[in-house]
Amino acid sequence: MRDARGQVRRMPGLRLWLSGSWLLILILAAVFAPMISPHDPLEQDLFAARLPPFWQQGADPAFLLGTDSLGRDLLSRMLYGARLALTVALVAGTLTCLVGATLGLIAGYYRGWADLVISRLVDIWMAFPPVLFAILLIAVLGTGLTSIIVAIVVIDWTRFSRVVRAEAMSQGAMDYVASAQVAGRSRLGIALAEILPNVLPTIVALLTLEMGIAVIVEAILSFVNLSISTDQPTWGGMIAEGRTSIYQAWWVLVFPLAALFLTVLSFSQLGEGLKDYFDPVLR
Amino acid sequence: MSYLTTKDLTVRLRNGAPLLRKVSLAVKSGEVRALVGESGAGKSMIGKAVLGILPRAAKLTGGEILLDGEDLLTLPPKQRRAKIGAKVALIPQDPLTALNPSRRVGPQITDRLVDILGWKRKEAEDRAVELLDEVHIQSPERVMRSYPHELSGGMRQRILIASAFAAEPKLIIADEPTTALDVTVQKQILKLIREMQERHDTALLFVTHDLGVVSKISQSLTVLYAGKVIEETDVRTFFAAPKHAYSRALLAATPKYTDPDGSLMPVPDSIISEVEQEVAAFDAQLKR
Amino acid sequence: MQIVRTLLTRLATTIITLLGAAIIVFVVIRVVPGNPIAMMLPPGATDADIARLEALYGLDKSIFEQFLIWIANVLQGDFGTSITTRQPVFDLVIGRLPATLELSVMALLIAIVVGGSAALTATLYRGTKVEGGIDVAGGVALSLPDFLWGLALILVLGVLWPLFHISGRVSPSLGFEFNTDFYLIEALVRFRFDVVLDLLGHMFLPALALAIPLAAIILQLLKQSLKECMHDDYITLARTKGYSETSIITRDALPNAILPTLTLVGVQFTFLIGGTVIIERLFSYEGLGNMAIDAVINRDLPLIQGIVLVFALLFTLVNLLVDMTYAALNPRLRHA
Repeated sequence: MRDARGQVRRMPGLRLWLSGSWLLILILAAVFAPMISPHDPLEQDLFAARLPPFWQQGADPAFLLGTDSLGRDLLSRMLYGARLALTVALVAGTLTCLVGATLGLIAGYYRGWADLVISRLVDIWMAFPPVLFAILLIAVLGTGLTSIIVAIVVIDWTRFSRVVRAEAMSQGAMDYVASAQVAGRSRLGIALAEILPNVLPTIVALLTLEMGIAVIVEAILSFVNLSISTDQPTWGGMIAEGRTSIYQAWWVLVFPLAALFLTVLSFSQLGEGLKDYFDPVLR
Repeated sequence: MSYLTTKDLTVRLRNGAPLLRKVSLAVKSGEVRALVGESGAGKSMIGKAVLGILPRAAKLTGGEILLDGEDLLTLPPKQRRAKIGAKVALIPQDPLTALNPSRRVGPQITDRLVDILGWKRKEAEDRAVELLDEVHIQSPERVMRSYPHELSGGMRQRILIASAFAAEPKLIIADEPTTALDVTVQKQILKLIREMQERHDTALLFVTHDLGVVSKISQSLTVLYAGKVIEETDVRTFFAAPKHAYSRALLAATPKYTDPDGSLMPVPDSIISEVEQEVAAFDAQLKR
Repeated sequence: MQIVRTLLTRLATTIITLLGAAIIVFVVIRVVPGNPIAMMLPPGATDADIARLEALYGLDKSIFEQFLIWIANVLQGDFGTSITTRQPVFDLVIGRLPATLELSVMALLIAIVVGGSAALTATLYRGTKVEGGIDVAGGVALSLPDFLWGLALILVLGVLWPLFHISGRVSPSLGFEFNTDFYLIEALVRFRFDVVLDLLGHMFLPALALAIPLAAIILQLLKQSLKECMHDDYITLARTKGYSETSIITRDALPNAILPTLTLVGVQFTFLIGGTVIIERLFSYEGLGNMAIDAVINRDLPLIQGIVLVFALLFTLVNLLVDMTYAALNPRLRHA
């Protein structure tokens, strides 16, 4: 028994550690981007266009990861791009979570007409392709950070409300809720004090997952040039640029793509790890 | 000459805890032998070991299983499976879960004949109709086209019995075949198994926890406690004068059909501790 | 009949969902941005232009009336006229839909084959390193979205080893004239296997990118239900009959394990179709999704409306279809 449990515990430990470290590095990079960036991310130098990364022939050590077709420093652009990615992840992720979880809790615990309306809305939302919905919203709202965040909240709240509703429903049927009702606790009191703590581990895991999704949605929007003003560096914008010059300068695509890969993977692994960590059965 | 013999059969959990302690038993051709014990005594485990369907948590760690004089455990896995498939059949405990819910009943009776023994499909189907007739199922053709959920528990057990006898196995292992059924159906099924066994002259290893059933179906019996053989004898001797104190207590704890309301004695603690000591002594002896 | 009642209920909810979707599209496009005409007009348009357009789109009427008119038109297949191309939206959408359908179905097939065989292999080798390896691969496949897989595939199989095409739907150099918009089906029917090969070479990477996350989901769900089935008594009984482990898994366990997987895969397939929007863009594949993004960038509102509605219709139809397949496959429902 001890062996089996040790096995189970060690894996999420490693996962949490690796993904946590990458995200920490990313946060530091984003916060200190103006200080550590070797160049101005917008500075163009057509004489230094498409310089390869440092280990390749013809590289300029001043541009560690090389330059894009306008001669802009890739490393600096990635550091600044991390700022937008993380802002969107944290703000949009948290807001989506708040909206979705609240609606899910209401639907799952209060039931009745609130549940009817919310569940029907979720069904309708499921009929839209999320990416198309996001692009449509941006087209209507106009580009900019606020629009991106609003679009993410609007398209993705269902992810939380579906899961939280189901959990709240099964928790609400438990005996401890009945005994709290007998003890004279108010409905809201029970929802917050009895139901919410039991649903919280799921919410936390979903929240980190959602942050990863937010990063992706932002990247996709910048990829189709619908994110924020075009001169601000974004990972998605860099990827779009790299996609067009893929045969001439692969590095323009590879570095931002790798950053995106690691970030999304880290968020989802962090979520999985936290879920195991919070699971009372495994703990 | 016995058809199935186990010699010093030992099965352990993966962590080493013994489930069967050097079990030796023999089932003669055409004989019915009951295997009796309380739940957890390891009686089903013997059948599973013979059939090669031990659960993953359990492991066969020693002994021999001779089937028709051939040691099964020395055969390569593929040949062993084929041999067991052709010579031995299982009547399972719970008819509700032992039929595949997504397949029609007919193919589940004939599949062994067609796939393993290479019969023609038509022959196998005729044979299945014949067998369903033997287990007293009305309109067998219609039943063969049914899905399991359309049939009652008793019907399904009849089908499983028919299916077990389909390939004319020399040995059938019945693993508490009536436990999951209604009391009224139990009696019919018991009678049916007995009838089929006699008609096909098959050896039968009948696993049960119910001594009341034993007297109705078998000629000989083996009593098991904690994976160890406690007593091995013929039915008449056993019911007249069980040798072992545990057997006597077990008999006293069995309701009698003649006196179903008579007071029942649970196996007394003193006898449990006595037999536990005996098992512990046996383990100690093995270690030495 | 139980089954008929279930299906009728499902049909009713489908219609309600579609109506809801239509309302959302209408609200998002016509109400939120204030004056939609302003968004449709090129800069420097005169007041007369605005009035003419408002009358054309019925914008001088109340919102509710506008909605009714719009819905009535949509039901007759009149989705309006595209602002950029001046062609009927319906024709444009119908012209592009086959490309997206072919891509989605191809992706679904890849996902089923890859995910299904991975699940079967993992079940056959359960408890060994093989299962562990498949689990890890599935975990990674699931945690990254199709967009990232698409980019990775472009790099590895398009550039590093240029085995497949990374943009377009068919090579123009083939000079092959298609009579329908179902290119792949048409080429197959006309036995032009060179064209089929070229189409597959274009379709493979985007389809694979869409398929990878779905394959991982199929792997996990199917493996889970196979594992549960492997404990059932009929499996044990089949073992005593002398069958090999492979045939027990495929013949006895698989049919019972497929049903619980099927419904969830249906929902996931709609996500896959949704993914075509960005994947088509990424691979310059001329489907509905690629057109949708162009329409958004060009602010071609009638076209956007039409495409979003067609997607919504597609999504709800797939879900309905899955429910019906489930009913047809489940012997317990079929013969109840």
